[in-house]
Amino acid sequence: MSIPLLDVRDLTVEFATRNGIVRAIDSVSLSVSKGEILGVVGESGSGKSVTSYAVMRILDRAGNILAGETVYSGMDLAHMPEAEVAQLRGREISMIFQNPRTALNPIRKVGHQIEDVLHAHAQAAGANLKIAAIDALKQVRIANPEQRYHSYPFELSGGMCQRVVIAIALACRPQLLIADEPTTGLDVTTQKAIMDLVVDLARERNMGALLITHDLGLASAYCDRIVVMQDGEIVDQGPTKELFANPGHPYTERLIRATPRPDSTLRDLLTDRDDSASSEIPAPATQASSEVLLDVKNLVKTYPVGSASPLSFMDSVRRKVARTPAETFRAVGGISFSVAAGESIGLVGESGCGKSATSSMVSRLIDKTEGEIVFDGVDIGAVPAKDFARHELRSAIQMVFQDPTESLNPRFTAFQSITDPMRRLGGVTSTDEAWSRAERVAKQVGLPAHLLTRFPHQLSGGQKARVGIARAVALNPKLLILDEPTSALDVSVQAVVLNLLADLRQEMAISYIFVSHDLNVVRLLCDRVIVMNAGEIVEQGAADKILSDPQKDYTKSLVAAIPHFSS
Amino acid sequence: MSPLPPTADSQPTGGRQRSAKVFWSQFVYIATGNPVTLIAFSLFLLIVTVAIFGPSLAPFDPLASDAANALQPPSWKHWFGTDNVGRDVFSRVLVATRLDLLISITAVAISFVVGGFLGMLAGYYGGWWDRLVGRMVDTIMAFPLFVLAMGIVAAAGNTVENIVYATAIINVPFYARVARAEVNVRRNAGYVLAAKLAGNSDIRVMALHVFPNALPPMMVQVSLNMGWAILNAAGLSFIGLGVQPPTAEWGIMVAEGANYIVSGEWWMAIFPGAALMLAVFTFNLMGDGLRDLVDPQRRT
Amino acid sequence: MSGSRLAIVGHRLLQAVPSVIGIIVVTFLLTRALPGDPAAYFAGPAANEESIAQIRAQLGLDKTLPEQFWVYVVDLLAGDLGTSLTTGQEVTDDILRRLPASLELTLAALIFSIGVALPLGIMAALRENSWIDHLCRVVVTAGVSLPTFFTGLFLLYIFYYLLGLAPAPLGRLNILYLSPEPVTGLYTIDSLIAGDFDTFWASFTQLVLPAVTLGLFSLAPIARMTRAAMLQVLGGEFVRTARAAGLSRRTVVITYALRNAILPVITTLGMVFSFMLGANVLVEKVFAWPGIGSYAIEALIASDYAAVQGFVLTMAILFVILNLFIDIIYTLVDPRVGIDA
Repeated sequence: MSIPLLDVRDLTVEFATRNGIVRAIDSVSLSVSKGEILGVVGESGSGKSVTSYAVMRILDRAGNILAGETVYSGMDLAHMPEAEVAQLRGREISMIFQNPRTALNPIRKVGHQIEDVLHAHAQAAGANLKIAAIDALKQVRIANPEQRYHSYPFELSGGMCQRVVIAIALACRPQLLIADEPTTGLDVTTQKAIMDLVVDLARERNMGALLITHDLGLASAYCDRIVVMQDGEIVDQGPTKELFANPGHPYTERLIRATPRPDSTLRDLLTDRDDSASSEIPAPATQASSEVLLDVKNLVKTYPVGSASPLSFMDSVRRKVARTPAETFRAVGGISFSVAAGESIGLVGESGCGKSATSSMVSRLIDKTEGEIVFDGVDIGAVPAKDFARHELRSAIQMVFQDPTESLNPRFTAFQSITDPMRRLGGVTSTDEAWSRAERVAKQVGLPAHLLTRFPHQLSGGQKARVGIARAVALNPKLLILDEPTSALDVSVQAVVLNLLADLRQEMAISYIFVSHDLNVVRLLCDRVIVMNAGEIVEQGAADKILSDPQKDYTKSLVAAIPHFSS
Repeated sequence: MSPLPPTADSQPTGGRQRSAKVFWSQFVYIATGNPVTLIAFSLFLLIVTVAIFGPSLAPFDPLASDAANALQPPSWKHWFGTDNVGRDVFSRVLVATRLDLLISITAVAISFVVGGFLGMLAGYYGGWWDRLVGRMVDTIMAFPLFVLAMGIVAAAGNTVENIVYATAIINVPFYARVARAEVNVRRNAGYVLAAKLAGNSDIRVMALHVFPNALPPMMVQVSLNMGWAILNAAGLSFIGLGVQPPTAEWGIMVAEGANYIVSGEWWMAIFPGAALMLAVFTFNLMGDGLRDLVDPQRRT
Repeated sequence: MSGSRLAIVGHRLLQAVPSVIGIIVVTFLLTRALPGDPAAYFAGPAANEESIAQIRAQLGLDKTLPEQFWVYVVDLLAGDLGTSLTTGQEVTDDILRRLPASLELTLAALIFSIGVALPLGIMAALRENSWIDHLCRVVVTAGVSLPTFFTGLFLLYIFYYLLGLAPAPLGRLNILYLSPEPVTGLYTIDSLIAGDFDTFWASFTQLVLPAVTLGLFSLAPIARMTRAAMLQVLGGEFVRTARAAGLSRRTVVITYALRNAILPVITTLGMVFSFMLGANVLVEKVFAWPGIGSYAIEALIASDYAAVQGFVLTMAILFVILNLFIDIIYTLVDPRVGIDA
């Protein structure tokens, strides 16, 4: 393990963009040895992906390796002719990416795609190709590999597609594997399965592996050593345990603190650098009253199949397997729960579990199929969605959306987005009043007033998130539904936003329904947790208890899938 | 991502009333940003100027025939030569600009409004509306479009108005499809849902939130369609529909010149044809520039 | 999987039925639901009161609209499109006689178009910012601006008048030659089948200029779409995976990129056909090509409504068939079709 398999020395990469030359990474040096798993951790814009693309020599046309070397087994890849590098790709060094569905050729059978790699590197020929391909599928633990050989990517789930991608990458038994955010976009349970598979195979074959991720928890659970990148430079590196015990750089410390762990509190997430006045004040404790604000009984939502319905892939597979010619898809199958005034509830589950449909029904954006939704004593479920805009309770239920970019009208300034509800429902007519109220709510969410005249594309991710929150709380709603509000944000920004949400809740006495797939985050903000799967409620209870002592098997598997910190 | 300096409209009048000054400075920024866009806009200005002032700029009366001087090649007196009855080709080309432009602008405007509206309804409400509009669009698109235009003009009568209506009808599907697609994509966007949560009725959401964002791609379509509409109209007059002699119109002039080009008198057909080409070319180039103007993400 | 593919193809065929119905209804309305007296139109401009009344009774124009429609449909099914005023023949016979000429022209134009546009677009995408990329962009921008009738005249002027390379625009075949034994109706193919190379060459040279004219305009959208689709696919994630796996450039470009890029190009062909069938008319006028396009123009000028109606109907049905053909090819190439994707 002394001679590194991959030795990157002072790598510098520049991109030619519309606004001039941009230096993506500067003097990056790292090394991976045989049998070692190196984690490259950083937030968006840190340059971690660019580094791996540069090593593989698959940079964009606009990218250019300005300086440095990438030495693999004594050969400098950075200065090799393309034809020779192409020989190494797939055979010596392989790479897997995020978004497994789009990483595969959509109109070619997966078996043939594996064969293409085997053929390209002369690993098999003729009839052996198929045998080798099926064997590759077996290695990645896909069930029924002989049948899966004939499948197209659109017939497979996200997890299965990623297994195929791994099969393609490892088919020729490379020495080094680069994994660029391989689990982003996958369900939590699938994430664990995929990571376990990758690490098992790497260990089995004594490969070197480079794991690129923004998730510190993931890196700490699976990597031997970690390299921390920020703004194109390496700021810290070292063996995992040591790095967590004694972070060498303030940025590392900040990242570690901001990553929610089973035992951290909200304030733990913040460091002194964060722009939050409330970091001195202890986090607000639970303040739920006994008065029921929202009561949901036997809520059902079915979608007709065959039209433009949001039919998830898994269910079409399920239907095919069960051979049921179902005409409807049951997204939510009869759930009941309640939210007390001032209480914060977490709604947790993997994709397709029905949590989004539930939150859309509660917020009256879509109509229910059956059941009751009683809010503040009024049966709002009985009011059709298209008429609810004019209902008196419209302003009492608001929502914060997941993707801050997509949830802001690109043609509205922040001011216009925030004051739109005020004008429609809050009776604000004069521009002066709108401005004073907008400035007030901006202050509440920590958005500098001069940003109010900006358009979304001129704001950062965190700033856009604040605008979305400001818009939602502008009318003092009683119930705020937060649909994965921080999953698209960097972890340090997430820490700040979560604290902001906790403070707002106390100041304005709002109830929250926090929809998420991330149990750690949910625990920080919620009093109670409801776990959903396949349209049903699996378990509900106090947040801490669900995490520490889950009762049902599904909940247990969810909790077990959370990467463990090795500190 | 470092924040950018504040924009010009930082005054507390809200961003809603974009002052004319800001719009103009935006226009100049886009127009001068890309040389191709600049050329396109300049040519467009030229064409519009000729369309408006054509008759006054023409050196000769476009309808005045002069048999003695028929079929003269281009000279200093007659820049584009004379046609088979002695009319000055240059003057006729200038004057024809107005007619051709008028026909295509009117046709495109009609189809934009009708197609855009129907497409928006289909994209937003889906279901019954979608099926109805889809059926209508499919029926029109089932015909080769020029052939349908021929049929409509033949049936409704050989007049210029009918050329406009026929061109409008065959262009409706383009706008309907683009509008439907763009509205469909945005229908469930976060900001549209947020607008509903803010108390906007469906109609307000469609008109103030969805449609303004669907506008940029439709603007590109408008410009491309302009060119296509001009070609259509000219094509119909080339085969003898719509415009009648002695009216000056590019298509009919090319048709008249067609008889003479094979014997070497090229100027009768080439000049109006070149003018036609130039106009269509300009509109095609403008497509990109128009989109940039309307898209806020291209702003400073 | 092939069973369901067949089902999808069958489904597509069924989907064509409403289009055909729509076409029949529209063509009916075009000539019957007109302002003015349809009988006068059909009788022609030279008719008097008596013959108009005769025509009216003959064509059943005194019946109610639904009844007329029924008669119209029945006639159609029997292949009866009415009688032409100018030729005096059955419109169906006229059209069938002249159809092969238009088909030959359109087919030749299509081969030229695709044969140039496809490689151009692919090369332009593979070699961004090279001379071929710039050429492609110029061709595309200029191509969509060219009025077809103008291009034809221009080419005639250059190649016939100035250079003397092309033959006179007098139709399909110089009168010195006899048309070959009709097998397909296409002079070029038929003369080859008969082994008559002189006639082949003669008919081919007559075909070149009109086919190029017709093909030039459709060159642009095909090249543009090919280039755009290739660029998009080449920048896509699965191509990245293929490159990272070390697949040869040839495999990446052909098996991974091209096969996926060809899909939107196939879809574009629908629009191209629509244009071509229309522009056919213009080209036939310029080159005096005796196809159904020039037939329609003569009919229009003579106000021969039955002929015009027959023409519109024929072109539309032809278009439906071509679209069906495209749809079926697409279905065969893309395995995702038919899934709620």
